[in-house]
Amino acid sequence: MKNYWWKFLGAALLIYSVVFGFLGEVPRREILNETIRMTYFHVPMWFSMMAMMISSLVYSIKYLNGGKIQDDIYASQFAVVSIWLGVLGFLTGMLWGKYTWGDPLPKDPKLIAVEIGLLIYSAYFILRSSFDDEQKKGRLSAIYNIFAFASFMPLVWILPRLTDSLHPGNGGNPAFGSDMDASMRMVFYPAVLGWIIIGTWMATLGIRMKLISEKING
Amino acid sequence: MKILNLLQTAEMADVFRSDGKIYVVVAGVLIILSGVLTYLFLLDKKISKIEKEVDSIKK
Repeated sequence: MKNYWWKFLGAALLIYSVVFGFLGEVPRREILNETIRMTYFHVPMWFSMMAMMISSLVYSIKYLNGGKIQDDIYASQFAVVSIWLGVLGFLTGMLWGKYTWGDPLPKDPKLIAVEIGLLIYSAYFILRSSFDDEQKKGRLSAIYNIFAFASFMPLVWILPRLTDSLHPGNGGNPAFGSDMDASMRMVFYPAVLGWIIIGTWMATLGIRMKLISEKING
Repeated sequence: MKILNLLQTAEMADVFRSDGKIYVVVAGVLIILSGVLTYLFLLDKKISKIEKEVDSIKK
């Protein structure tokens, strides 16, 4: 049971973020209105997706260094969870955009960048499924994973900042500084941490399943 | 806080909140969230059990 403490921590943080996400004080802003609370649910999806992608990248590099099949399993399962979180972030963003920007999919550089980025990552799974040889699959997908990460990060973080974007923090729009006050941060950061923990937990479940089948079949 | 609210014009769900019924929604979301989390815990335990079984067979 002692290995479970961080899972309880993640669950507690999520429950905290839901309770105070709905009931806590938020700044009054035109257009955003109560949807400012979406910050607690939409933004943590992207933050935890990034965390999962970084974990995936680390294990891909580890695999290339050591050639252990476990590292390949770790990398692929972290990538699976990162895509899940990314799609959830995208869907919640469409919902939020519909009621604030008036369009679920405006021609926003950040949206286009994320669409391209998620497509690049989905090719990672297609690449994986097209090899039978474990070592070849591991090596090529690890190299591709590094490429995917190296193109995703500038696409999503740097490019939208060079042009105009509807997203806060891009194209002269202020980021967290002005939209979030101290009471919102008290909910937002625990929510981010909670989702990173839950994402890691989900990834470990997938990893353990793969390791079991590896043991049985391998 | 009340006077401050009147001065600020942005519409918020004040009536909804004063009715007190927002708690119903929060409770509903919490039920679903705890259901999903419980599922994750149960799945986690099942995988632990299978891991032990596979280890004992392999030995």
